[in-house]
Amino acid sequence: MTDTPASAVPAKEPLVVVSSSPHAHSGASIRRIMLDVILALTPAMVAACWFFRWNAVRLTVACVISCVVAEFVARKSMKRDATVRDLSAVVTGILLAFNLPPALPTWMAVVGSVFAIVVAKQLFGGIGYNPFNPALMGRVLLLVSFPVHMTTWSTWNIPSPAAGVDAVTTATPLGLLKTTLDSTGSIPFAFDGATAWQFLLGARNGCIGEVSGLALLIGGIYLLTRRCIYWQVPVMFIATVGVFATVLQLVDPAHNVSPCFHILSGGVMLGAWFMATDMVTSPVTKSGMAIFGIGCGILTVLIRKWGGYPEGVSFAILIMNSITPLINKATRPRVFGHAIEARK
Amino acid sequence: MGPLTTALVVFTLTGIGCGAILAIAARVFAVEEDPRLAEICAILPNGNCGGCGWAGCGEYAKAILFDKAELNLCTVGGTETAQKLAKYMGVTVEVAEKKAAIVLCRGNAGNAPRRFLYNGVADCAAANAVDGGDKICRYGCLGYGSCARACPVNAISMDGNLAMVHPELCISCGKCVKTCPRKLIKLVPESRHLHVFCSSLDKGPIVKKACKVGCIACTLCTKLAPDSAIAMNGALAVVDYAKPITKEAETLVQKCPGHCIQQA
Amino acid sequence: MTQILKPVRKALGGIHPAYHKELARDSAVRELTVPKSLRVSMAQHLGAPAKANVKKGDAVLRGQKIGDAAGFISSPVHAPTSGKVADVAEDITAAGTRAQAVVIEPDGQDQWSPSLPPAMKWEEADSAALITRVAESGIAGMGGAGFPTHVKLSPPKGKTIDTLIINGAECEPFLTADFRLMVEQAGRVWTGCRIIRKILNARTLRVAIEDNKPEAIAAMEKAMGNTEGDTAIVVLPTSYPQGAEKQQIFAITGREVPSGGLPMDVSAVVENVGTAAAICDAVVHGYPLVERVTTVTGKPVVQPGNIRARLGTSFADLVAACGGTRGVVAKVIAGGPMMGLAQFGMEVCTTKTTSGLLLVPPSDVSVFESSPCISCGRCVDACPMRLMPCDLSQMLEAEDYLGAEAMNVLDCIECGCCAYCCPAHRPLVQHMRSGKSRAMLRRKQQQAEKKA
Repeated sequence: MTDTPASAVPAKEPLVVVSSSPHAHSGASIRRIMLDVILALTPAMVAACWFFRWNAVRLTVACVISCVVAEFVARKSMKRDATVRDLSAVVTGILLAFNLPPALPTWMAVVGSVFAIVVAKQLFGGIGYNPFNPALMGRVLLLVSFPVHMTTWSTWNIPSPAAGVDAVTTATPLGLLKTTLDSTGSIPFAFDGATAWQFLLGARNGCIGEVSGLALLIGGIYLLTRRCIYWQVPVMFIATVGVFATVLQLVDPAHNVSPCFHILSGGVMLGAWFMATDMVTSPVTKSGMAIFGIGCGILTVLIRKWGGYPEGVSFAILIMNSITPLINKATRPRVFGHAIEARK
Repeated sequence: MGPLTTALVVFTLTGIGCGAILAIAARVFAVEEDPRLAEICAILPNGNCGGCGWAGCGEYAKAILFDKAELNLCTVGGTETAQKLAKYMGVTVEVAEKKAAIVLCRGNAGNAPRRFLYNGVADCAAANAVDGGDKICRYGCLGYGSCARACPVNAISMDGNLAMVHPELCISCGKCVKTCPRKLIKLVPESRHLHVFCSSLDKGPIVKKACKVGCIACTLCTKLAPDSAIAMNGALAVVDYAKPITKEAETLVQKCPGHCIQQA
Repeated sequence: MTQILKPVRKALGGIHPAYHKELARDSAVRELTVPKSLRVSMAQHLGAPAKANVKKGDAVLRGQKIGDAAGFISSPVHAPTSGKVADVAEDITAAGTRAQAVVIEPDGQDQWSPSLPPAMKWEEADSAALITRVAESGIAGMGGAGFPTHVKLSPPKGKTIDTLIINGAECEPFLTADFRLMVEQAGRVWTGCRIIRKILNARTLRVAIEDNKPEAIAAMEKAMGNTEGDTAIVVLPTSYPQGAEKQQIFAITGREVPSGGLPMDVSAVVENVGTAAAICDAVVHGYPLVERVTTVTGKPVVQPGNIRARLGTSFADLVAACGGTRGVVAKVIAGGPMMGLAQFGMEVCTTKTTSGLLLVPPSDVSVFESSPCISCGRCVDACPMRLMPCDLSQMLEAEDYLGAEAMNVLDCIECGCCAYCCPAHRPLVQHMRSGKSRAMLRRKQQQAEKKA
């Protein structure tokens, strides 16, 4: 090596920025994506407040604040940079709250939030490293630790109760279905067009965020147009639930409810549009996303039909989360310029 | 039998059964291994640092037994280990003085200015590849800590964007030497403390623009040091560590106009 | 009538960045008078740098060879103007490396050398003579790669070329040099196309232009007139990186260049319109390559435009010719924003491959962050080579170089689509580059060991 030429010495301040290419960016950021998700959840938030009044507000605020504080404290004590600004803790808080029954004590919601953020997310390394959906982990912790509270339902403002479901009720449609099928072997109510419409609007019992299929659908379509999520997961999830339920009903109509009921009850709409589409825990390729959605759908109906719990969406999604890395590996695209047989 | 008793009995029997299966498997499926391997491993320090060049002490032991590897390659164990190995293998071994790594640069943030604001991966090799590195001095320490991360015993700390080796912690495995993209780090005998803390081959006027404490090739040290212990490599003074510098050390430090000759 | 065709395949992946071509697309090419000093680099092309054959104090004339090609994959360098050699010294390049450069102090006469090769009747010349002329004229790929053209036009025995694609896509945002060349000098480009076709004896000729350049399409159509044989203009949908060689061949012919291979493996050759025009000059007039058009653009530039400047002109002179700058300049980029090389100053000089000079204000600087990957999948969608940049960058962060090589990091064309759309602002291309260089090093070492 010889002299450094004079031209290598910069003449003046201020210094310019030098980086590797590319020097342009689309403007996307994690924070923007989270803001879009929060916006998409607003219709469901409105529906939750409409049906569950103060409980909805209480739980959402408690979950969001606990999640944000838990993330801040966890990152600080692990001596890592603060990530609260990317709003992912806020989204986890809202989604966890949406998965909780209205009468749940606030302190339990806080426990679930802290678990979701600290254990299910930060202990794995923070955003991007968690293998399981944190909100669902929080919900499942609560379900397993406080089964009675997590399956006690009360209603505030259901305009006209769905057929067969009591006004001051203690059961969700799915819960009622399971217990009645188990005890009497028959379906306790008729599911007609009018009932379906009520379910779509949200006039049924359930977790505060999952009841209004319509509100969730609006939010989901908004996310699709903003390209925050892709259609493969939600559409395949819902379609699979529908198809599987149809097959079951055709085989044994006396003991199986309609596919519409399956799609509109429980957490399928919330799960398909907001929980299964969580980027970090779902596959990266389009065909992988489709497989993921189909798997979630199959598991949901399986658990509902033959499992011990009346509702299977949370577990279905968590189980599919665990095989996301495998799905990613199996659906790697064929690299341009490589022969088809050569793909490993 | 009550439930507790049943449980106790079942678990005890299961435990005994599993233990028996494991014991039998340990005999039947035992892997034949040369017993000397275990003995050599016992002599080695078992830190698995890779300094010898193999992936851990077990591999080095195999290499000693089957590949005729040199016996003095364990820098952590040093003389003692080399001699013990020599005794075990029944040969003699030549032992060199223990070495320590030293970063031959003092161009920290205060001394060596940057010529642009680098934005990218905080890795020295990556930074070096982006437009030739963000320091004006193209031979100096970039300060992104790749050597510190490579060091298996955390002997390198980053002080104001300059890497510094703590010689008392250094096991002279040589990983930092390989990692530095500018080849700034050298392994020198532990007992030598006087160094020219500069690696710039640029001529004096350029070095003056690039760093406050760079070697400006005034050649004064080559005249003051005894027996050509310091010689010029182009525009850079280099210490010959085979030749001792004792009473001249203080003078050299004082007289160096670039302040790059220091006692470590 | 010139045929106008659509592409046969849709390009894979790609992005649609904001193009900002309106800054410079309507300004006609301006000639920059010869500056006070020219630093002509010997490393203006891929392959071995040229060796300077002049020394300090020598007088040189315009077009005189001042650097000899050093090997087969190399190119000679010629003096851009007449004057005196002020120095032959090491100089910095746009990539941050060092290379020998001949510093010329122009004498203001701009006299052509009398020993330039004569004009050729290319319709009657044979391929070998034409290739020799191209080689002697120092022509290298002017689209940005700088591959010595005479090498590209001499495929080894056994590889016949049936398709010649002339690349007028100019897919990089901001750049308009090729566009203006086609609009103003379509005749030169068309002659160059025909010469290259003769050299290769290619049956099919396609001129590829993106659909955001209707004026260029019209100009080329007019210049091409009634064409013979299988000749057509292909209008490609505007997207980035539509101008990348492999992607262009795929869109126009449906053929995939095999991994590790070259376009000639699928019987195709791609040449930039600027290279075609330079070949026309070299063959028809005997002029070696001594100047090129560079788009000087960006918000801080007072009068963005397309400047024809001699090789070796400093960036500072180029910007001065465009009225200087206003406001703070936060980034200086040689090339376009997607694949250009960021510079730390304006002292670097133009070479045969300097297609653009882009200045960026502080508000438009995109910052890379060391955020974790959130597996959103946008990079997988955008990658034109169908790689998985998210997985590759995570492996390379963890220094799993073997794993990255197994996942085909060497197929990355460094187009930047992945990093462009990454919401976590990860420095993906930088990761890919380190993976590629490690993989190449490992393969070299393996080959060296095999030989030993």
